[in-house]
Amino acid sequence: MKPLRIKGLTKEYRTGFSRRSVMALDHLNLEIEEGEVFGFLGHNGAGKTTAIKLLMGFVYPTAGEAWILDRSIRDVDVKQYIGFLPESPFFYEYLTAEEFLVFYGQLFGMGGLVLAKKIDELLELVSMTDARHRPLRKFSKGMLQRIGIAQALINDPKLVILDEPMSGLDPIGRRDVRDIILRLKHEGKTIFFSSHILPDVEMICDRVGILVKGRLKAVGTVQEIAGASSVTSIELVVEGLSEGALAGVQGLDTTLIRRGDHVLIKLDDEAKVNGLLDQILKHKGRVVSLLPHKRSLEDLFLTESGMNRT
Amino acid sequence: MKRIIVIALNTFKENLRDKILFNLVFFGLMLIGSSVLLGSLTIGEQAKLMKDLGLASINVFGVLIAVFVGIGLVSKEIEKRTIYSIIAKPIPRYQFLLGRYSGLALTLSVNIAIMAVGFILVLLLGGVSLDIGLIKAIGLIFLELLVIVAVAVMFSTFTTPTLSATFTLAIYVIGHLTGDLKVLGDKLEDPLVSGVLNVLYYALPNLANFNVKSEAAHGIPISWNYLLVTVSYGVAYTASVMVVACMIFQRRDFK
Repeated sequence: MKPLRIKGLTKEYRTGFSRRSVMALDHLNLEIEEGEVFGFLGHNGAGKTTAIKLLMGFVYPTAGEAWILDRSIRDVDVKQYIGFLPESPFFYEYLTAEEFLVFYGQLFGMGGLVLAKKIDELLELVSMTDARHRPLRKFSKGMLQRIGIAQALINDPKLVILDEPMSGLDPIGRRDVRDIILRLKHEGKTIFFSSHILPDVEMICDRVGILVKGRLKAVGTVQEIAGASSVTSIELVVEGLSEGALAGVQGLDTTLIRRGDHVLIKLDDEAKVNGLLDQILKHKGRVVSLLPHKRSLEDLFLTESGMNRT
Repeated sequence: MKRIIVIALNTFKENLRDKILFNLVFFGLMLIGSSVLLGSLTIGEQAKLMKDLGLASINVFGVLIAVFVGIGLVSKEIEKRTIYSIIAKPIPRYQFLLGRYSGLALTLSVNIAIMAVGFILVLLLGGVSLDIGLIKAIGLIFLELLVIVAVAVMFSTFTTPTLSATFTLAIYVIGHLTGDLKVLGDKLEDPLVSGVLNVLYYALPNLANFNVKSEAAHGIPISWNYLLVTVSYGVAYTASVMVVACMIFQRRDFK
């Protein structure tokens, strides 16, 4: 039983007086495995949010179908097992954090001590116990995001769907969200989230899918997508090399930058790195650091999107 | 059913925190002001006028709340995108709509009950004799509000708040004049035009039915039979409008 199965999901919007058709999502096929963190990547307007809105039943598909835990998304009851955080969450601002969680818990048919205990637990998880009696109107963006995550977990969902959970947050806020996602994974939940903030995705996702203009362009682990040849260049910082030795190193197609005692050596070909190290050691040089520059998901993303920077 | 109640109670809470009951202050001021102003009139006329004025203000405040809160019940949720987190819960859309509707109905009932109590107190203090007709009139005002809220909710499921307000107010005005449509339709010879007018007569709410204010003010009895028929009409009309609203709401996309 897959947490999420999507087959040929398509959404075409007709806009304006001319009823011009816009393909927001074009035959999306995707399967999510149990217990994985899946990152759904794409630029703004690539169709990520449309896909999520289709899954959550906010909009109806033009074609295609999807199943959550083997039940059609048309079945409202399937939402019993989903936790959802909308993009830049807007909630009832006249409610306090606690009232808000009580309200949403009641929508799941929860109540009494079970709900009260769950709320304590969630406020703790998102570090909002202090803000318990504060109205949401007075919350900062980061706090709203955190209380949004708390409401998404109130029903102890099997599948957690987060729409841009890290957008608009400062680095600490992003780290918090990342930690929460990893903790949920640890608890055995499946997480499907969309993002355009790549370093976060690279760090926590088991697999990613890249969406470009409504079409899924690639799916796989970060390594698979970035490929084995993801190292584009290597930078070494060395010290204690004589001028003569440096001249020898230069013969290996490198770029040298001197910074006092240290010399930064940039190598464009990964295969030559052993030769270079031999040279350095032979001349009694000392390697201070060695840093491979990887082709990041971001570069890849830009290539896939046909928007390569070069 | 439980979920409808949860949504309704939250809507009621929202209404309270939006300070909607503030209108009661104005209502109170108006009652006091009018009783002072009318103090110089002879006893018989003063009583009639006070009843008339009190019922009219209950009606006006009720209609204002029904229209302007009613049109926001759904459209505000869509505009503020609070609806996403609700629809994401295992609650069918129609239940959400019914919950929102019931919440405002609850607000209105509390509001009207408070206004009615204040109104009756002022009458008692003024030494005016009371009769059951006043309560009947207030009950029918409440029923009229239920119809208006349903119409406002229906419009707001598919159009903007401004247009919903315009349409709802238009229906409110026409709703009080539907009798004329019927008369006009019967007098015209063109079968097409008279047919259209007849359809409109039956499709639009006949709000004049709910207006027994002057009867109540003048002490003319309002029969229980009339009350029963009017209540049935109001409930049936509200239910039909809500069914249409649910159907529209069920089908629409929340982009």
